[in-house]
Amino acid sequence: MSWPTIEEMVKKFNSGEVTAEENVLKSFELIEKGNKYNAIISVNKDAAIKLAKEIDQKKKDGKKLGRLAGVPYIAKDNFLTLDLNTTAASNMLKDYKANYESTTTKLLNQEDAIMVAKANLDAFAHGTSTENSDFFTTFNPIDVEYVAGGSSGGSASSVALDMAPFALGSDTGGSIRLPASFCGIVGYKPTYGAVSRSGVVAMASSLDTIGVLTKNVADAALVQEIITKVDPLDSTTVEIKDGNFSELNSGKKYKVGILKEHMEGELDPNIKAGVLDTVEKLKAAGHAVEEVSIKDLPLALAVYYIVCPAEVASNLSRYDGIRYGHASEESKDLEDFYLNSRSEGFGAEAKRRIMIGTHVLSSGYFDAYYNKAQTVRTQLINQFNDAFSNYDFLIGPTSPSTAFKVGEKSKDPLAMYLMDILTVAINLVGIPAISIPIGESNKMPFGLQVMAKQKDDHELFRFSKEIEGLNG
Amino acid sequence: MDKKLSKEEVSKLAKLARLKLSDQELEKYANELSSIFEYIELLNKVDVGNLKPTHQVSGLKNVMRDDEIIDYGYDVKTLMDNVKSSKDGYIKVKRMIG
Repeated sequence: MSWPTIEEMVKKFNSGEVTAEENVLKSFELIEKGNKYNAIISVNKDAAIKLAKEIDQKKKDGKKLGRLAGVPYIAKDNFLTLDLNTTAASNMLKDYKANYESTTTKLLNQEDAIMVAKANLDAFAHGTSTENSDFFTTFNPIDVEYVAGGSSGGSASSVALDMAPFALGSDTGGSIRLPASFCGIVGYKPTYGAVSRSGVVAMASSLDTIGVLTKNVADAALVQEIITKVDPLDSTTVEIKDGNFSELNSGKKYKVGILKEHMEGELDPNIKAGVLDTVEKLKAAGHAVEEVSIKDLPLALAVYYIVCPAEVASNLSRYDGIRYGHASEESKDLEDFYLNSRSEGFGAEAKRRIMIGTHVLSSGYFDAYYNKAQTVRTQLINQFNDAFSNYDFLIGPTSPSTAFKVGEKSKDPLAMYLMDILTVAINLVGIPAISIPIGESNKMPFGLQVMAKQKDDHELFRFSKEIEGLNG
Repeated sequence: MDKKLSKEEVSKLAKLARLKLSDQELEKYANELSSIFEYIELLNKVDVGNLKPTHQVSGLKNVMRDDEIIDYGYDVKTLMDNVKSSKDGYIKVKRMIG
């Protein structure tokens, strides 16, 4: 019951071999079948079927349809959509109904893609396992005793279970790449600003990026090509000149650096062996691969856990229960109303990050923590730039381990944060990165992380396509 | 810098962030935040010389647009649908001055 590539699906739709309605019904069947994995928060049943019928009718009438005609997709539930509620998997936004459509889902809908469901996440995208969802935990498609990863865990699990050929995610510190690695699929995080953040529940604005989770590189390239666009509603969007990502032929021989710091420390030996095996295959295919050091990489997580909570605390200050979001019922005055609404609406992890952020931004600590972290960030950017002056791409593992068991790390926030150790630097520096499945350790999948310089997304897709072929 | 956070400090942070925490929560967060700040101390040993902090990575500066009204089709009624307490089309809040 798996899907052909998206390109193939659209061809089949255009030739009349399959209808949009049939695609959507197949999605619903697989969503139902995978119910026990808790990947989905809400299903867009009636609206999606109605839309599919309209698309089928348009085709019958001979009208021109979009590049994703009749292709079902799933959006992480932090994308604002006019269909369904937008909860960010939080009690704060449990009943929130968006008044406008996110730019990304709008661009997909304009190409006649059909949103069939919205996926679970860690509440407000804070986490690496979806155990911080205020509703329920998403399970790993390979084994229900394990987490799917996070924060885009519902998106990853749903794609791995074929509920749709692609799902949207957001990546602030690894939230697309890590669950993709844990679930054995492809996860793409673009250059910062390549895709509009308008209409996505803000987490940490200087780090947030919008990307896609798919079964293969070509699908990721096609969807990413459609959503990459300068948006007047997001003044941080940047122009990516070389934007026809779905053209994947390369034939080039690349110079690749394998990150020394990412191959050391607590790393599953099977993952290490898997990465080195891919290195050998790359060399055999004619690429030059050698070890490269980015000295301050081990500091990235400490920088991230200052910068990210600082921005989280600022972004979450908008939730006051007045214009939208949870409003407390019993309060004696306005101050009490703020306190009650926020304390009832935010879960433990949101509160934790708000307090870390408030601390590092408070006078007396601002220079020692926040400014220091942002300065080390500059140092990291310089070191990455140095590496990219010698190499086309950098590679390493996406995660130090495969998926862990549900409950294994939920009592220790620092242990949970450490799962992001190989992904956060990429967000601090703003470069594109992808996780490509390359192997298994004790039956659980893991991915290879490939990084390129800013705005080199197209070349990254070409190289990724080749890596995918090495193991195929 | 002392990285251990006391219950009193966490209580002060919660107040600044408009959060109400139980005694149990204060205790829990004091422990958890202390271990996180202990980890973050890593940065204290780093010499950054004369480098300047980076606040955004896009390289963009002062993105301007024409000062004109664009109709995105939002209407007040649907915007008000998410407001829990309203009267005559206005948002109603608790009394601010005693």
